[in-house]
Amino acid sequence: MRLIVHNMLSCNIRGVANKFPLRIEPKKIIVKEVDFNPDFLKHMIAKIDWKALVDGARSMGYTELPDHAPDTTTLESDESFLRKFHHSLLELHLEEGSLVCSETGRKFPVNKGIPNMLLHEDEV
Amino acid sequence: MANRPELLAPPEIFYDETEARKYTSSSRIVDIQAKLSERALELLALPEDGVPRFLLDIGCGSGLSGETISEYGHHWLGLDISASMLNVAVEREVEGDLLLGDMGQGLGLRPGVIDGAISISAVQWLCNADKTSHEPRLRLKAFFGSLYRCLSRGARAVFQVYPENIKQRELILRQALQAGFGGGLVVDYPHSTKKRKEFLVLTCGSVQTSIQTGKNECDEGCSEDDFSEDEESGMVSMSDRNRPRKRQKPNKKGKTREWILRKKEQSRRKGNDVPADSKYTGRKRKSCF
Repeated sequence: MRLIVHNMLSCNIRGVANKFPLRIEPKKIIVKEVDFNPDFLKHMIAKIDWKALVDGARSMGYTELPDHAPDTTTLESDESFLRKFHHSLLELHLEEGSLVCSETGRKFPVNKGIPNMLLHEDEV
Repeated sequence: MANRPELLAPPEIFYDETEARKYTSSSRIVDIQAKLSERALELLALPEDGVPRFLLDIGCGSGLSGETISEYGHHWLGLDISASMLNVAVEREVEGDLLLGDMGQGLGLRPGVIDGAISISAVQWLCNADKTSHEPRLRLKAFFGSLYRCLSRGARAVFQVYPENIKQRELILRQALQAGFGGGLVVDYPHSTKKRKEFLVLTCGSVQTSIQTGKNECDEGCSEDDFSEDEESGMVSMSDRNRPRKRQKPNKKGKTREWILRKKEQSRRKGNDVPADSKYTGRKRKSCF
């Protein structure tokens, strides 16, 4: 699971108010290289919840991201920022670990990079 | 298929390890899935600006459709309920991210993050109640509602479905409408039982763009059934696939020659062996016939 997906996933349990973001408890992280495409990054930046991305990256051991989301000028001109964004968003993979709902503490296990988001009958 | 798989077992049980491998190693299935995915991507009508998008593949299975998405240069997130199918996807090292989840429980994705969604041969599984606690309508509602929310404005969702019957198709359409989607049904090769494929193309948001017409062997015109959100009643006009599209009421004196010629032409198009038309076609015979 990459941070781009983590940035979109919320806790689906019925009645939970604080669903997003899920806290990452990593056990195994791998890095897989992905082609750098600035167009895609610029397209996605508007949809990304920056704080969740920074916190998620930090819990995966990557601290290079700035605390605040960049403005459009940085985006256009600063390639090193784009590279950091690219690396954290698309190249860090959580292979084993869990995603934890902040409100209920429910753990969604992650195995072989696949988060198990199946809810039990009483959570639907 | 002689037996519809969704009548045999719930998807996470039907697609166990053996079935998952069989499914993925069948070249026929791989080929069909690739063609269906390409068509679905076409119908998504993503802007052709060379910018990769982030798509959702619902019921991604072993990643066959996802591979087509990657080939087109987009990033994707795949959701499936069968762990065995997803394991095959991991083995095949697909480029997309995978989620083990049940679409009938809701997608659980943040609003506006998805640029488009496709689903190849998966949504009909929602219409079966596999557990006593399942109520298909509620599951469809959870699915379509959460899908509508996570799609960005102007994004589309294209589902290739094999509905068991008219009722099932109507149920799916009705739930989609109620969730706020507009759109239509695109049918490719409507006259051929073998080649016929149905795609449900759903749009959300106020962007109005035209929906492509279905493919047709002899370019007779569009076989698209349009429906749009009607504020009062959410009406959907559907046509029974078995009812002939252009029907001329048979003459009281019996079937007219024109009708016979049209039927023969239809049969010829299907590939049947039909005697040639001549001055004897549809001629009034003696009453002993």
